Amino acid sequence: MLTINHYVKAKTLEEAYQLNQARNSRIMGGMMWMRLGNTRIQTIIDLSDLELDQIEETEDTFRIGAMCTLRQLELHEGLRSVFGNGISECVRHIVGIQFRNQATVGGSIFGRFGFSDVLTALLALDASVELYHSGTVRLSEFIKQKRDNDILVSVIIEKKASCFRYNSVRQTKTDFPVLACGVAKYEEDGKETWYFSIGARPMKADLVKKQWEILPDISEEKTREYAKEVASKFVYGSNMRGSAKYRQYLAEVLISRQIRSIITEGK
Amino acid sequence: MEIRFKLNGKPAQAEVSGDTVLYDLLRELGCYSVKCGCETTNCGLCTVWVNGKSRLSCSILAASIEGQEITTLEGVQKEAEEFGRFLAEEGAEQCGFCSPGFIMNVLAMIRELSNPTLEEMKEYLAGNLCRCTGYMGQMRAIQKYMEMKKEA
Repeated sequence: MLTINHYVKAKTLEEAYQLNQARNSRIMGGMMWMRLGNTRIQTIIDLSDLELDQIEETEDTFRIGAMCTLRQLELHEGLRSVFGNGISECVRHIVGIQFRNQATVGGSIFGRFGFSDVLTALLALDASVELYHSGTVRLSEFIKQKRDNDILVSVIIEKKASCFRYNSVRQTKTDFPVLACGVAKYEEDGKETWYFSIGARPMKADLVKKQWEILPDISEEKTREYAKEVASKFVYGSNMRGSAKYRQYLAEVLISRQIRSIITEGK
Repeated sequence: MEIRFKLNGKPAQAEVSGDTVLYDLLRELGCYSVKCGCETTNCGLCTVWVNGKSRLSCSILAASIEGQEITTLEGVQKEAEEFGRFLAEEGAEQCGFCSPGFIMNVLAMIRELSNPTLEEMKEYLAGNLCRCTGYMGQMRAIQKYMEMKKEA
């Protein structure tokens, strides 16, 4: 059971940060998973008065406040027009509307959960996180770090990817994914570069990059070979939802479909 | 700590502790429509609106709703009754335990989506589990209710 002694709605990020340095303090996101834990919390810190519930779009970035809900990501027109349906696809299968009206982007990312669709998608988009104390850190670095007492303020996505796709396999609708897959294409140093992110392996998402020039007339078989090579670079595990071998097979199929979709349909 | 908020259009106040959950508070305040089905932040039975948006009251800290507007089925009783008759007519009402949360989300959907397709409706309501009367009857009831609303 979760017990909480004090609830504080922080007035500034500095106040939240100071309060969070105590060992038994926690920052509150949407309270979706935290409430299921067996934790004794001395002080719970609510960031909802700090205007972190906005998605700001500039010419070359999106800055997503940590307290934005998953539903906000799902419905945001700017994100849709730049990255297509991939962003809404990565959240729309998560539990239900009520849940997504409450679960926060900050909570999803800070938790670095294995099952996280959001983490998988944002990793392929090469997002960064803005931390109150440590500054801006690439998400691919952040996920390797241990949880500490810093505060995630926002997630930043640069408008670099020219194409983005997201897909997952679920045994039933609204369940956790058996496997999640994000693919994005970039132009880096004049070379076509592909970012492949696989989540729910069942460990947290990981990223593989490939400098591949994939031609539009590529055959199904050749696409599958590319996908097979990428899928083999990840480590998989077994749990009640599927075996490691099955997951690797799913990864191959999803990667192959997404490569094809990007090659044939473009943005 | 003391909190003040709006409950079904009327000012309300309550004394809550750090870990009081909104679901428990609402039942204490007499909103018995709000049910708990799963205790795993999943089933949608405890759905209420916070500032007009469907949310799970089982995972909201009561302390965090200071100044917010909470709506339960008791606050939209007339509309709920009206839609409830459509459910009953389609044979889509059985024990009724999950109905309040379901109805709250249906009414939220009607406010948020205009002319949703059947697929869009199913997706919007996917977070409402239980539904032992069968999903088809509920879909028929919603479609007929929406048609009636359009004509009215």
